[in-house]
Amino acid sequence: MKGETIDDAAIRMAAADNVVTALEDLPAGREFDVDGEMVTLAEPVEFGHKFALTSFEPGDTVWKYGEVIGTATEAIAAGEWVHTHNVVSTRGQPSTESGESAETDESTESGESAETDESAESDDAKRGDA
Amino acid sequence: MSERAADPREFEGYRRADGRVGVRNYVAVVPVSVTASAIAKAVADDAGTGVRALPHQMPLSPSDAARTQIESVLEGVGANPNVAAALYVALGTEDIAAADLADAVAETGKPVETLAIREAGGTEAAVGQGVDLAEKLAETARETRRETADTSELIVAMECGGSDATSGIAANPVVGDACDRIVEAGGTGLISETPEFIGAEHIMAERCVDDDVREKLLSRIERREQMADLMGVDFRGAQPSPGNQEGGLTTIEEKSLGAIAKGGTTPLRDVITYGNRLPVGGGFVVMDSPGYDVESVSGKVAGGAQIVVFTTGRGSTTGNPIAPVIKVTGNPKTFQRMHENMDVDASRVLDGESVRVVGETLYDRIHDVASGTLTAAERHGMAEFAINDLPANEVATLGDPT
Repeated sequence: MKGETIDDAAIRMAAADNVVTALEDLPAGREFDVDGEMVTLAEPVEFGHKFALTSFEPGDTVWKYGEVIGTATEAIAAGEWVHTHNVVSTRGQPSTESGESAETDESTESGESAETDESAESDDAKRGDA
Repeated sequence: MSERAADPREFEGYRRADGRVGVRNYVAVVPVSVTASAIAKAVADDAGTGVRALPHQMPLSPSDAARTQIESVLEGVGANPNVAAALYVALGTEDIAAADLADAVAETGKPVETLAIREAGGTEAAVGQGVDLAEKLAETARETRRETADTSELIVAMECGGSDATSGIAANPVVGDACDRIVEAGGTGLISETPEFIGAEHIMAERCVDDDVREKLLSRIERREQMADLMGVDFRGAQPSPGNQEGGLTTIEEKSLGAIAKGGTTPLRDVITYGNRLPVGGGFVVMDSPGYDVESVSGKVAGGAQIVVFTTGRGSTTGNPIAPVIKVTGNPKTFQRMHENMDVDASRVLDGESVRVVGETLYDRIHDVASGTLTAAERHGMAEFAINDLPANEVATLGDPT
């Protein structure tokens, strides 16, 4: 697995990806030339965090590593930070209620795991523009 | 990966009576239950170099399902080829008999002793007798010399803890490259942490050599999910952990896709139950383990892994009492800030260095460590050990994992 760096400051892990990962702390306003299209950061993006290359509607699929990593919960514009505030797992609802007990599968959360299977429907549209 | 020439190379290890090769030459002092843990540690502290304690928290009378798993781990650490000789310490009332563990380990041909605290007459007498036994075993151990062994005799366990976005981008792919090299040289490479396959099952399933292995893998993943549900834990919601999220990981899928990169690209040949014996020359395999890194590492070392390669973006210091743990980070800040705890800098990948080049650096380091070079965790005396417990009620509902 290897990615393609963009302007030495971000990395796209696979050609199909619609988000990329910051390789340094990036300020708002930073511009990236992505395959000839300019993407301007709408907000600061920290090292290791992701920003959108394209615009998302709620329910759109987020691709990284050429694989599905989640679903947008709100509209996201190209250049916006993509993280837990606007993306959820397709496997269950990430919970933010417990702020501790990291790193193990034993951290307790409340039980229900809402299914978001309907999110799969918009895959094709998103995949096409990657 | 087939274009890569197999790169067998040699290391200097300790060949045991059963033919397996250790990379360290320890006397292991293994408590049978929590009641013997403090005494095992006192024995190892007093007996001097080369004697290692493996204290843990397991009770005198575990549930039946947990008991099988605990026995596997207690026997497995004694049988690990990094161990020249073993001493099992018990209070004397445990459901698991020290003598049974000792008999099983003695089948590997190494010297094994037992010590019962009540029989010895209490703490001080037990420590005194334990030190005598351990020192005698250490004397025997010192007679063994390193001799030339082949990469194909290595079992290398891949692990991650304290992941961030660099884990999946840099450190784990580098470890995966080294895993491929180990497998192509005829050795065994493995990953575990079954909960971290969720969201990446389809990729792991495709790598299975046949339907049996695929079925085994998928059923183990499903079982981990069911067990979490029964325990009232939606671990898909608890993953990624708050620390992972701070490091840029958004969902369990993203974490898992990064995590499985540690296992490289070769076919998945088998799925091994937690703490059970791993194959020598077995190619790439998976051990079904919990996501808690210390328990996961302990299970793989009990399976016979001689070396652990551990990636950490955020910075983990974890080691193991009997196996060297090589720390790899893909985060340049972590490499600088926690330099003394890190062995390999994979953040060079972020600067444009190829995964293959850094993978070869790691592969070389694995051989150096196999021949005796100390890791950062060893230099700092980091020696965590923990056995995974099985919740009796949940096992009763789901049945035995095997």
